[in-house]
Amino acid sequence: MSQYIIRRLLYSLPLLMGVNILTFVLFFVVNSPDDMARMQLGQKHVTVQAIANWKQQHGYDVPLLWNSDAQGEKKITDTIFYQKSVGLFLFRFGVSDSGRNIGADIKERAWPSLAVALPTLTVGLLVNICFALLMVLFRNSYLEHVGIVLCVILMSISSLFYIIGGQFFIGKVLKLVPISGYDDGMAAIKFLILPVMIGVFSGIGSGARWYRTLFLEEVEKDYVRTARAKGLSETQTLFQHVLPNAMIPILTGVVVVLPLLFMGSLIMESFFSIPGLGSYTIDAINSQDFTIVRAMVFLGSVLYVIGLLLTDISYTLVDPRVRLS
Amino acid sequence: MHGAKYLPRHRMKMQTCKVRVLILILLCLCAAPASAQMNNPYTEDEGEQAVLYESFSERPKHMDPAVAYNATEYAFIAQIYEPPFQYHYLKRPYQVVPLTATRMPEVIYLNRKGEKLDNGANDSDIAFTDYIIEIQPGIRYQPHPALAQNAQGDYEYHQLSTAQIDAATSLYDFKATGSRELTAEDYIYQIKRLAHPKIQSPIAEIMKNYIVGFDEFSKQIKDKPKAAIRDLPIAGATALSRYQYRIRIKGKYPQFIYWLAMPFFSPMPWEADVFYDQAGLADKNITLDWFPIGTGPYLLAENNPNRRMILLKNPLFHLETYPTDGEPEDKQKGLLADAGKQLPFIDKVVFMLEKETIPYWTKFLQGYYDASGIASDSFDQAIQFTGSGGVALTPTMLEKGIQLQTSVTVSNFYMGFNMLDATVGGATEQARKLRQAIAIAVDYEEYISIFTNGRGVAAQGVLPPGIYGVDDKAGINPYVYELLNGKAQRKKIDAARQLMTEAGYANGIDPKTKEALILYFDTTATSVDDRPRMNWYRKQFEKLGIKLVIRSTDYNRFQEKMRTGNAQIFVWGWNADYPDPENFFFLLYGANSKVQYGGENASNYHSPEFDRLFEQMRNMDNSEQRYRIIQQMQEIVRHDAPWVFGYHPKNFSLFHGWYKNLKPNLMANNQLKYTRIDTAARAGKRQQWNEPVFWPLVLGGAVFVLMLIPAINAYRRRARETKL
Repeated sequence: MSQYIIRRLLYSLPLLMGVNILTFVLFFVVNSPDDMARMQLGQKHVTVQAIANWKQQHGYDVPLLWNSDAQGEKKITDTIFYQKSVGLFLFRFGVSDSGRNIGADIKERAWPSLAVALPTLTVGLLVNICFALLMVLFRNSYLEHVGIVLCVILMSISSLFYIIGGQFFIGKVLKLVPISGYDDGMAAIKFLILPVMIGVFSGIGSGARWYRTLFLEEVEKDYVRTARAKGLSETQTLFQHVLPNAMIPILTGVVVVLPLLFMGSLIMESFFSIPGLGSYTIDAINSQDFTIVRAMVFLGSVLYVIGLLLTDISYTLVDPRVRLS
Repeated sequence: MHGAKYLPRHRMKMQTCKVRVLILILLCLCAAPASAQMNNPYTEDEGEQAVLYESFSERPKHMDPAVAYNATEYAFIAQIYEPPFQYHYLKRPYQVVPLTATRMPEVIYLNRKGEKLDNGANDSDIAFTDYIIEIQPGIRYQPHPALAQNAQGDYEYHQLSTAQIDAATSLYDFKATGSRELTAEDYIYQIKRLAHPKIQSPIAEIMKNYIVGFDEFSKQIKDKPKAAIRDLPIAGATALSRYQYRIRIKGKYPQFIYWLAMPFFSPMPWEADVFYDQAGLADKNITLDWFPIGTGPYLLAENNPNRRMILLKNPLFHLETYPTDGEPEDKQKGLLADAGKQLPFIDKVVFMLEKETIPYWTKFLQGYYDASGIASDSFDQAIQFTGSGGVALTPTMLEKGIQLQTSVTVSNFYMGFNMLDATVGGATEQARKLRQAIAIAVDYEEYISIFTNGRGVAAQGVLPPGIYGVDDKAGINPYVYELLNGKAQRKKIDAARQLMTEAGYANGIDPKTKEALILYFDTTATSVDDRPRMNWYRKQFEKLGIKLVIRSTDYNRFQEKMRTGNAQIFVWGWNADYPDPENFFFLLYGANSKVQYGGENASNYHSPEFDRLFEQMRNMDNSEQRYRIIQQMQEIVRHDAPWVFGYHPKNFSLFHGWYKNLKPNLMANNQLKYTRIDTAARAGKRQQWNEPVFWPLVLGGAVFVLMLIPAINAYRRRARETKL
C-alpha cells in the first residue's frame, strides 16, 4: 500500500504544478502587476513612482514567466512565476500583498471553518441516513411519497433562504441563539448551533434522496431477500444487512470531502461572521491579492488530492474485494 | 402480534414516566422567566466597565499611521495615535485645534535666503514656511513590549533569540511592557518614515512636493533598514528641543495644517521599528502594521481582523478634557453636559466583524450594537418622510428610543466628461452646450430619490455644503437650475433640448450620421443589481434623443481607460482629505490632468483662467479676496460644465438612546473619546428586547410527535402483515 501511496503522491506533483500554472496565467490575463499595485495602494494620490515602488517591494518588478534580460538559469528564476511558486511546494505561502503572513492566517482560520463543517457533516450524515432509511422502511407507501416530495421541496430552496430564514426565526423571532458571531473554545457552541442546524437542514433534501437510492438498490438484492426469508424483521434487515453494505459508497463519498472541510463555506461564514477560510479566498479575489489566491487554490488542490487518496484507501478498508496495486 | 396492550406492565410504567418527565421539561421551558439573554453574542462579562459595541464590515489592511488611509483603518488608529493637532469636536465650520501640541503652530515665512519675512509678505516672496510646533511635556506611550526595559536599562525585547521568536504567536506573548515620554524626535522620526520607500506611505509622493529635503532623504535611505533612519537627518524636519520641532515646507501652503491633524503625522518611537523589524516576527504577523503603539486614549488589546478588534482605555493617557465650548445650540442639546470632564468616558470598545447587513441590523435592534448605519433594505423600517419633505424615524424606532443623525458628507459624486474626447470634450461652444444640455437632463434629484433613499443633496458646483466658499443661499448653478420661490428648481427639459439644437444636435440627431447621437458611458457597474441604475442613465439621455451605450468593465480596465483617455462619460467621486476648497478644485486643475500627468483631474479639464485662479487661491488664507476667487472659479466650471455636478451623499446614522454626546463630525476620526454610554439603560433595554420565546419550539415538537404516530402505526401494521 505504501508504494501505491508514494506513487499517487508523485503523480500529484505535475497535477499541482499544472494547477499552479493555470491559476497564474488566469490571474495575470486579467490583472497586471500595475493593476494589483493600484488596488493595494488605494484610489487617492497613486502616482507612477508609487506603483513602481510597490512592485519593487513586492517582487512584481520582474517579468512574469521569462526574463530575457537575465543570464543563464536566471531567465527562469528571475521571474514572478518562479519566485512566487517555489515556496508553495514547501508550504511556505509567504506574505500577502497587504503584508500579512498567509500561513499564519490559514492556521488561524482553518479551525473555525472546521468547527462548523465537521458537526454539519456528521449530524447531517446521521440525519440523512435516518431519513433515507425511514423512506426505505415505508417504501411504496404514502409516507415515502410524502418524504420524496419533501426532499424535492427542500432541494429546490436556495441555501441562502435557509440562512436568512433561520436567522430570522431562531435568532430574531425566538431569540434563542445569537444571530451571528463566534468565540473560542466551548463558548463557540452557542454560535455554532444555528449554522450547523441550517447546514444540516439545507442538506437533507439532496442527501436523503441520494442515500435512499443507495438503500433501495441494496434492498432488492438477493442477500436481503434471504435475510427476510430467514425471518428477520424489516428493521433488522435494514440495519444489520442493508445499512453496512450501502455504507461503502456513503463512506467513500464522505472521505473525499473530509480534507476540504478545512476550506470552509463562503456564504455560511459570511452570514454568521465566522472567521474561517471560506471568505478568505473571495476577499483575496476582491482585493486582487494574488498571493493569497494562489496559496488557497494550491491548498485546495492539495487537499483534494489527499481526499481522493483517502477515498481509495477507505475502499480497501470497507470492501475486502478491493486491493490497491 | 405486537401492540401496546401486550407490553409488560413495567415497560408501560417506564414509558408513562418518560412522557411525564418530557411534559414537565416542556412546561418548565414555556413557563420559565427567561432571565438570561440566550441570543447575546458577547460572552465576556462586562462587569462595571463601560463598553461600547461597534462593528466593521471590512478588515483593516494597515494600522501603521504612515500607511493607513481609509475610514476602516482610521476607525481604529485615530483612537490610538495622536497627531499634534485635531479637529474641534463641536465647533463648525471645522476648526483645527491642538491635541498633543501646547498651542497652534507658529508659522514663519522665509525668503529664498532663509530670511524671515513679515506675515503680510507677498506669496511670490515666500520660498519656505516653517511650522514650529511645541508639544506638551509628560505625555507617555501606551505600555508596549517594544519599550520594556530591564533593571539595567536595556531593552528587554530588542534582541530576541530564535527561541523567543519561535515561542511567540502574538505580541501579547511578550509579557513585559514599558513606556516612555513622548518627545519631539518621535514626530521627526515619523516624518522620516513617511519618506521611506519600504514603508510605502500613500502621501509620500505628495509630501515630496512640500517638505524640504523629503525627496532627497527618500533616495538616501532607499536601501537602508527602517530603523536606520533614526540617525540620519532630514532637511525639512528638525527637533529644536525635547518638546519642540520644526517642519519646513516649500513655499506657502496653508492647508498643511490639515495634514498635521491626520494620523500620518502622529509620533512613532524608534523602538517600535527596532522591535518589529527583528527577523521572524513578521512571519507571525507581529508587525507595526498590526500592533500599534501610540499615546492616544485607547490601545489595541486584541487584534483579530477576522473576528473582532478590542480597544481598551490607555492607562497612561494624558489629561484631556471634553470641550467647554461649541456651537450656540450645543448646550441646549446637552452636548456640553460633560464639559471639562476627563476623557475618554468609555473603558472598552469592541468592534465585531459583520459583513452582512441582515445580522448587523438585527443585532442593532436587539441592542447588541450601539450604533448602526442604514442599509437600503432596512431603510423603510427605520425612516419615513414627513409631509414637508424632511426625514423622521418611524414609530417603531422612536418607541425604542433610537436617535437619528444626518449630515452631508464632505464629498461629491459627479458625472464627468472626458474633455479630450472629440464629441463631448473640448472648449468649443458646440461641445459646451451639449454638456450643459446633458447636465439639465440628468435629473440627480430623481436619482437621489430612487437610488439613495433620499440620502443626498443635488450639487450646485464643485464644493459640498459646509466648505469655505460655498454660498448656501444664492449659490445655485444658473446653467442647470433657476430660482423659483427662492428654491433651486431644475430647468425644464425644453431648455436642454434648445441647447441641443444650438449645439447642432436638434432632437438628438447627429448631423454626421443623420441618426441619434451615440454617447458612451464607461462604468464598473457590471452586476445585475446595477442594471436599474444603468437603465435610468439611458432614460435620462433619451430625453434628449441621445442613445447612451453602457460600457461596463471591471475596475482595472476602467482605470486603464481613464488613464489613457479612452472613456467618454463616467461617474467618479471624491472624499475630501481636509475641509478646504483647494482639496476639491484641484480635481479640475490642468496640471493634475489624469491622461497627461497621472493626476486626479479625471476629466482632463484645462482652462487657463481657472488654473490661474486656482494657483492664486490655493495658497491664500481665507479672506474676502479668496471668497471672490472661489466664486469666479465656480462660475467658470459651471459654465464650461466638465462635470454634471451630481450630488453630495448624506450620512444617516442611528444610535440607541443610551449613546451620549452625539454630534456628527465628518473630519475628525477620533470621536470615540467623547462618546459616553448609559450602561444601565442599555442593560435594561437588552433584557426587555431579548426575552427568548420557547412556545413555537414546543408546538413544533408536538406536531412532530403527532406526525410520527401514523408512521409508527403504519410500521406496526406492515410488521404484522409481514409476520402473518
